[in-house]
Amino acid sequence: MTGHSNGQTPIVEVQGVSKQFSTDHKARVHAVTEVSLHIDHGETLAVVGESGCGKSTLANLVMRLHDVDQGRILLKGVDITDLNPREMRVHRQTLQIIFQDPFASLDPRVQVGISVAEPLRVHKVASREEAIDQVRHLFELVGLEQSMLNNYPHQFSGGQRQRVCIARALALKPELVIADEAVSALDVSVQAQVMNLMLELQQKMGLSYLFISHDLAVVERIAHRVAVMYLGQIVEMGSREQVFRDPRHSYTKRLLRAVPIADPRQRTERALLTGEIPSPVWPAGESPEVVTHTEVESGHWVAEE
Amino acid sequence: MTDFGVAIEQVETGGRGALRMFFRNKAAAAGLVIFSLIVLITIFGPSIYGTSANKMVAKPFLGPGSDLAPLLGTDYLGRDILAGIIGGGRATLVVAAVAAAMTMTIGIVVGSLAGYFGGWIDALLMRFTEIFQVMPGLLFSMVVIFLLEPGTRNETLAIGLTLWPLAARLARAEFLRLREMEYVKAARAIGCGDLRIMFRTILPNAMPPLLVAATLTVVIAILFHSGLAFLGMVDVNTTSWGSMLGKNRGYALTAWWMVFFPGIAIVVTGLSISLVGDGLQDAFNPKLRGR
Repeated sequence: MTGHSNGQTPIVEVQGVSKQFSTDHKARVHAVTEVSLHIDHGETLAVVGESGCGKSTLANLVMRLHDVDQGRILLKGVDITDLNPREMRVHRQTLQIIFQDPFASLDPRVQVGISVAEPLRVHKVASREEAIDQVRHLFELVGLEQSMLNNYPHQFSGGQRQRVCIARALALKPELVIADEAVSALDVSVQAQVMNLMLELQQKMGLSYLFISHDLAVVERIAHRVAVMYLGQIVEMGSREQVFRDPRHSYTKRLLRAVPIADPRQRTERALLTGEIPSPVWPAGESPEVVTHTEVESGHWVAEE
Repeated sequence: MTDFGVAIEQVETGGRGALRMFFRNKAAAAGLVIFSLIVLITIFGPSIYGTSANKMVAKPFLGPGSDLAPLLGTDYLGRDILAGIIGGGRATLVVAAVAAAMTMTIGIVVGSLAGYFGGWIDALLMRFTEIFQVMPGLLFSMVVIFLLEPGTRNETLAIGLTLWPLAARLARAEFLRLREMEYVKAARAIGCGDLRIMFRTILPNAMPPLLVAATLTVVIAILFHSGLAFLGMVDVNTTSWGSMLGKNRGYALTAWWMVFFPGIAIVVTGLSISLVGDGLQDAFNPKLRGR
């Protein structure tokens, strides 16, 4: 179901990737099962789903922070699945990540200017003077005051910190940025600002985003295509319009209906996601059934139920 | 890559803020003053005071304040107690400081490898650490000294080898905690290598508890060295506070000053270092700065 819309090599291609974690000897968490997707240049693919559906694990797998159990990950057509950390280093210039918690993802003992310069220094792409120059430029790009370069993370607000994280992620001029719940920890007004910044940067730099989120409003605003994840598998994937206007899978429908509507008259129509949340934990030797997808219209894939 | 030039307005950065935080803690400031005095006395005291710690200067068993006695009295051989304290501090402090440095170095190397890499490396290193940890400390260091020979260098070695498991366990715990932090994950995502992550990202964040532990280790090493000296396991020709306690212990009930003053020296030194450690804990916490 990764049929490309055009002939171009996608920026990233995930082919049947699975990841399990062992809890103890008797059980395994099937965090991600047979997930396939691709992201084109300049495109935003949003992965949505409830907590624990495996979307963050997917981000970590693409980022190669976890090793993949099964399947392949191609970055601009190059297989990066089995590269060791040293070989992976070159590719980290193409691939960067922004984490959820801007309070935890900056080293509290390092001035933010130095944090932003670190990728440049680690990859030896800039001398000290060049690095300082580029960091100033990056600060301007993400809308931070130059005077804040020497500040420590705790002197920033959440939104400012996330801007610092974005600046750090952009330091190496990546082509794909993974945003793992990047705006979820921010309050709504700041969320909008940071999203606008991300959209603006996408236009300026031609970035692709893998946007992981549980917030459908945010996804509707930022995504070109949407993949809905449930218990480690993609149950529906298509363009934003296809998924939001014409959801086909029952889980997608329920997810969309669970979004609060600011209209008391519609309150009775809301069906909540009820019942026990199914678990991705399986006894050793057993594994979840892998869903098969059908293309209901061009580019709109739905898992069979 | 330390600073972003002078052109940018300086906020509370690095050393100055930390120093201010340290001196805000009055007890720590007092501790530092006392400890500095003790260090100065051990460096310059012997030449200023003039009397040798090993020389008979008056009649034995003279209490402080009695006729012809030195300020703090004399011991059973008529040696000046004050001269002993002034002269013995050097041996005590040097052994303790070097042993503590050794303890922290071994501890941090072993603990950081175990905590960062986990798995079989952790299991192996921790079993190795436990071998040292389960041995009774004083006995173990006595064995080390027996096998080698008494002398300042081997005493230091024996104390260092005895105390490092504590530092290793602490360092391991800190690395275990910090390696899961998101900024460590971020460093990995940037492409930082293991060594850079361990020593540039994790270690600075693990330093506060380790520094406090280091100061406490100095205290423990002083006590340990005093214990060994008390038992007569040290070089007899070197006077230290512990050896004064050991040599004079038989007269403790009749001539209290022989053991009281060296004992006080140990307690005051230990206490002042502990207070400094406490102050360091505040000083190295950037969140407390600028308040």
